[in-house]
Amino acid sequence: MQKHASEHPVSRPQDAATAQGERGIEIRSVTKVFGTGQAAFRALDAVSLEIRGNEFFTLLGPSGCGKTTLLRLIAGFEQPTGGEILLGGEAIGHLPPNQRPVNTVFQSYALFPHMTVAQNIGFGLEMLKRPKAEVQETVREMLALVRMEHLAKRRTDQISGGQQQRVALARALAPHPKVLLLDEPLSALDYKLRKEMQSELKRLQHETGITFVFVTHDQEEALTMSDRLAVMSEGRILQVGSPREIYHHPRERFVADFIGDTNFLTADVLSAQGPSARLRLTCGGEVAASVPSGVTAQGRVTAAIRPEHVRLTAPGDGDLDATLETLTFFGTDTLYHCRLADGIALTARVQNAEPDGQPTAPGTPIGLRLAPGAVQVLTD
Amino acid sequence: MATTELDRPKTASPPEARDPEREATRRRWLLNLPAIVWLSLFASGPLLVVILYSFLEAGSYGGVEWAFSTEGWFNVLLTRDIFDDTLQIQDAHLTIFWRSVRLSLLTTLLCLALGFPTAYFIATRAPQNRNLWLFLITIPFWTNLLIRTFAILEWIRAQGVVNSGLMGLGIVEEPIQMLYTDFALTLGMTYVYLPLMVLPLYASIEKLDFRLVEAAYDLYATRLQVLRRIILPLVSPGLVAGSILVFIPSLGAYVTPRVLGGGKNMMLGNLIELQFGQGRNWPLGAALSLTLLALVMVALLVYVRAIQKGASDG
Repeated sequence: MQKHASEHPVSRPQDAATAQGERGIEIRSVTKVFGTGQAAFRALDAVSLEIRGNEFFTLLGPSGCGKTTLLRLIAGFEQPTGGEILLGGEAIGHLPPNQRPVNTVFQSYALFPHMTVAQNIGFGLEMLKRPKAEVQETVREMLALVRMEHLAKRRTDQISGGQQQRVALARALAPHPKVLLLDEPLSALDYKLRKEMQSELKRLQHETGITFVFVTHDQEEALTMSDRLAVMSEGRILQVGSPREIYHHPRERFVADFIGDTNFLTADVLSAQGPSARLRLTCGGEVAASVPSGVTAQGRVTAAIRPEHVRLTAPGDGDLDATLETLTFFGTDTLYHCRLADGIALTARVQNAEPDGQPTAPGTPIGLRLAPGAVQVLTD
Repeated sequence: MATTELDRPKTASPPEARDPEREATRRRWLLNLPAIVWLSLFASGPLLVVILYSFLEAGSYGGVEWAFSTEGWFNVLLTRDIFDDTLQIQDAHLTIFWRSVRLSLLTTLLCLALGFPTAYFIATRAPQNRNLWLFLITIPFWTNLLIRTFAILEWIRAQGVVNSGLMGLGIVEEPIQMLYTDFALTLGMTYVYLPLMVLPLYASIEKLDFRLVEAAYDLYATRLQVLRRIILPLVSPGLVAGSILVFIPSLGAYVTPRVLGGGKNMMLGNLIELQFGQGRNWPLGAALSLTLLALVMVALLVYVRAIQKGASDG
């Protein structure tokens, strides 16, 4: 224990700026199989991933996609069936959780019910056998960081869910780990508290300079909080990138569908060159599209376009012709549900810029204009 | 319809407001009646008899003479010299008290040491398998206590299984004296009372949130620290309940010391029986019984205080 502590001097907040660009976590073709024989379940299938030092990284995916398993492998609660996990260039896959400079914020918080708030926060440092004065000092620091000074002596069942969340955060941050793992920590909170904690987490990550690995199934949370994110499905990582990249340039149908709302179109490739292509849509009409890097677009493909990238115009004036079927008023915008000539449904999201604008009546033919570069060719 | 509903509150409301409460009280009494009758007939009644007898004179051939005397209580700890009436401490009784307390504590510790891993093991099995393991724990109860005790006797006596085996293998030349020792008593009581430790411990450990164990392990605690700082404090109600359930019957054990301890390694239970039997000193036997009761009550007080302390601590 003490040996480990001296070998891995964990970065303190003030070192954060200088530590920029340090090596984070490398996951090298990690596989995790639960059970054996017929009952075997492959939770992770040769997953490779690089998480940079000091970034806010999110693992996003539906339940059962393997994101929590990956988190537990990094924490050390599970051992990989195959592959390697490196932290700062050192293999840590074989180390038990108590020898990894990594701490976890659990979904259920897992606060120790027989200890006070302050005792919970100090637990990690106490186990690291830090001097008493240092433990007290850090606990005070952490209580201030999460704004809980006034509740230090409370028992953990005497504080609210949001406060428990802050204590769980402070407890995991107190030993100044290299990496903080967060397993859907906001899922138990109501909407308003969740919003509050989202910005709180961003602030804490910024102030401590610790690498945050955040697991969630909430795409909005992932988009608003992450520096980069990985979209996972069925034990594989489908795409890694910044929220902007993932949102605007999804590579696969699953990614485009899981994040945000999307219209799917079928089209034939007319010509393709590098990252761009010209497509003829099956409903008629030619459009320019972007192609994911490393993919040669040819033949029949699926393309995606976000509803907010579709604009309504007069019939014959747009890229496509369609019939307006229904519309849904959302306050800030209105959704126009249209049908294309080949029977495919397409939705346009239009901002209600003028309060007294008259919406187009359902049943009328309209033209649709697609924003330049908004059509994205997908690899299925 | 409307009129009856309007009428009813006016006429029926005042008695109705009191009646349910009175009804509930009556029902509670009725439900408790069998227990009250049973306890007064077979617990409080005999206890009063014992208290009464402890203050009477011993009859020459057993029984009691109806005359007030504190001789019974006096004889619990003291003895009068037959020649000069000087008072002396009753060494034999002290030895037996001490042995009872010592072996009961030892039995409790052994049951803890054996019972905790067992209970932990069962509580960490898949839920559908736990009942099978609990069922296995209760198997010894299927046989009579006396028979089980004789089975132990068969194992450890001079020509018993263990000694024959050891001599057959040439490990020892002469049989090891195990029977009629404190070892035999402790072994027997540990065997008999172990399930009473396992069951309450299991109930506590089963309720333990193992994510807390993971959290502590994540926060740099070693396995031993996880046990000491997280698991033991959280299962302490089970630890205390199990210990009480083992300690109290051990203190008053009768069959086990009788069979495995022979005549010389008596415990409190045997001493009491002796006074009512061959000793023909019923007042002393009664006083000894009440002394045992007092010891148990002290143990229970410690238990209650430990629970209250545990509750206020966490």
